[in-house]
Amino acid sequence: MSTFWSLWVIVLTLANLALITWVLFANRKVAVDDQAEPENNTTGHVYDGIEEYDNPLPRWWFMLFVATLLFTAAYLAVYPGLGNFKGFGDWTSVGALEKQQEKAQAKFSENFGQYLEMPIEQIAEDREALKMGARIFANNCAVCHGADGGGNFGFPNLTDNAWLYGGTPEKILETLNNGRQGMMPPQGPVIGEEGVKNVAEYVLSLNGLEHNAEMAAEGQKVFGTVCMACHGADGKGNQALGAPNLTDNIWLYGSSREQIQHTIRGGRQNVMPAQDDKLREDKIRLVAAYVYSLSRQEDEQQ
Amino acid sequence: MTTTVAKTGPVPDYDYNIVRQFTIMSVVWGIVGMAVGVLIAAQLAWPALNDIWQPFTHFGRLRPLHTNAVIFAFGGSVLFATSYFVVQRTCQVRLWGGWLIPFTFWGWQVIIVGAAITLPLGYTSAKEYAELEWPLDILIALVWVAYAIVFFGTIAKRRTSHIYVANWFFGAYIITIAVLHIVNNLEVPVSAWKSYSMFSGTKDAMIQWWYGHNAVGFFLTAAFLGIMYYFVPKQAGRPVYSYQLSIVHFWALISIYVWAGGHHLHYSALPDWTQSLAMVMSVILLAPSWGGMINGIMTLSGAWHKLRTDPTLRFLVVSLSFYGMSTFEGPMMSIKTVNALSHNTDWTVGHVHSGALGWVAMISIGALYHLVPVLWKRKEMYSVKLINAHFWLATVGTVLYIAAMWVNGITQGLMWRAFNADGTLTYSFVESVIASHPGYVVRWIGGALFLIGMLLMAYNVFRTITEDAEESAERGEDKAAAQAV
Repeated sequence: MSTFWSLWVIVLTLANLALITWVLFANRKVAVDDQAEPENNTTGHVYDGIEEYDNPLPRWWFMLFVATLLFTAAYLAVYPGLGNFKGFGDWTSVGALEKQQEKAQAKFSENFGQYLEMPIEQIAEDREALKMGARIFANNCAVCHGADGGGNFGFPNLTDNAWLYGGTPEKILETLNNGRQGMMPPQGPVIGEEGVKNVAEYVLSLNGLEHNAEMAAEGQKVFGTVCMACHGADGKGNQALGAPNLTDNIWLYGSSREQIQHTIRGGRQNVMPAQDDKLREDKIRLVAAYVYSLSRQEDEQQ
Repeated sequence: MTTTVAKTGPVPDYDYNIVRQFTIMSVVWGIVGMAVGVLIAAQLAWPALNDIWQPFTHFGRLRPLHTNAVIFAFGGSVLFATSYFVVQRTCQVRLWGGWLIPFTFWGWQVIIVGAAITLPLGYTSAKEYAELEWPLDILIALVWVAYAIVFFGTIAKRRTSHIYVANWFFGAYIITIAVLHIVNNLEVPVSAWKSYSMFSGTKDAMIQWWYGHNAVGFFLTAAFLGIMYYFVPKQAGRPVYSYQLSIVHFWALISIYVWAGGHHLHYSALPDWTQSLAMVMSVILLAPSWGGMINGIMTLSGAWHKLRTDPTLRFLVVSLSFYGMSTFEGPMMSIKTVNALSHNTDWTVGHVHSGALGWVAMISIGALYHLVPVLWKRKEMYSVKLINAHFWLATVGTVLYIAAMWVNGITQGLMWRAFNADGTLTYSFVESVIASHPGYVVRWIGGALFLIGMLLMAYNVFRTITEDAEESAERGEDKAAAQAV
């Protein structure tokens, strides 16, 4: 703020405060003392039958007003408020935040710090760490992936051991840190509407779902020339590309005939946002361990 | 109804037609605006209700319809009606302004209907309480200038030597709202129904809340104090408590309010000095606000017994109690450490409604119950019992609403900042939403009670207006006879 605008703020603020202080003190005394002249206790004005008493300001109210003015004077002396004047308290909101963060850092580094070096597999064995990971997950990841990590339409289930990009600790960390860009290109313009329908039947057949065998046989030919590039000749997908396994009957965008056709025809785009600029590294490791443990629970059940 | 006959000279031929029009529309828009409020309260408790007729019935589109309808359609109509009534009677002169007078009525109604159409269609400039797009903004400015000309023209032609305190407040509100509306809505139109603000970033936010807070401070406070200064002494039949207090609290209130808007942006990118100034000015506002409450309530000294028999006066006095309560709450919430807890929670919503239902709506209702018999030359309202029922519905509804939002707000504030010993957050956001659900149901019940009260009022007003004048007089005599027995 330039000196001019700083002075502008200071002068306007102080002038306003000075004026209301003057109005307050100037009206302490009534025009005619009621004790000297008990009969004359209104101002003498009559508006549509309404008169006005000449009562003095209630004393407690006057004191309340003065108290807020004194508080203001003290506050503006200590804290920034009058233009560029920083106040004698040396306070800034950024400084206050940094101080709180430092305090939290000191208090919690003991807790979180140990996870910076610990291998994910080992964190996933630690009950306390998993609890922390679960809470961080609930506040940051559950919005899309669900409170139980079970996923939603368009958001992968993290508990089923079917991985788009791989379920090793390294891959989970990579996904969390850098995010992922899912991209299935639209095939409608490439293989035509008939091709779309045939391939859909073939994909249904891969999962053992009800399908038209004749169309599926046609679809298999198209699949073998176009789709296999990413999904593999056997349709089992490719984690390096994030191309899903099409044979495990696990679906991100639905398994109905119409939904599959829609996916093939128009393609799909999806984003997992990178977390490395949102969460600290130790927290990301805790979440990674928690997600890793979710899929392992299923392993153990099996 | 106690109506003291004017003591100075013969009564001029007042223009009551415009006052009657705005009075009727106050009741109509009050019901519409509050009904939308009850609907969106239900949507928050039972989200499936958003789907009644998507996308037009989505909460995001109906919420601005609710705020605009209750503030500007209901509150605005009440203010036009009462200010036109009060300025004539306290200046002892007929309303001045020729065709500008009906223009303010019809113009204002066109704006309201325009809002009721464009907001559900999704046209919005995305500024809270200023959502209407630029064509309606221009119409508002034109109507407002006409209003100012009519009001100040009438003041200029007054037959009294002084200007009554109610008119100070009405005058301050008309001038300030003109400035606020025009500056905050400076925008660049890009098509018939889309525009972008002239300001950007933090500056835009600051100007928006300078406007937003003074929509509260001047539209919903100063102007309604104008109503208070006429209808409370009139209904109580007592002189105003203290002229000195009027002077001090008027000047302090109108000069300090305009500084306080920044408290809506605590802990944001707003510079530290602006936040501090907004906070201390808000704290100073406590005394000037209470000045109005004291002047209203103390006016009743010597007439307290009237509260037992006159539910209209009860509306007026209870509204002042709610005013005192919410103007204590406001400065408290503007203190940064309190704000750190209350910000973005339902506490804010509760605070607004303790002002909006408890103060603004209640004093409006009291003033309307005073006005209707005078305007239609009836001895009294069709049913005083119904006024009493309305009073209790409104009071209980307001208390339920505020209490539910206090509980919700403090619960949310505490849950959001609760940490575990290991430094992680104790609750996820959705847990605070689940915890708020009972409060949302209670809030809906409170709002519904308030709305039912308004429906009683509509019936009561309808019967009063359509009733034969002689019948009314007879009924009054019967009652007097019954009381004598």
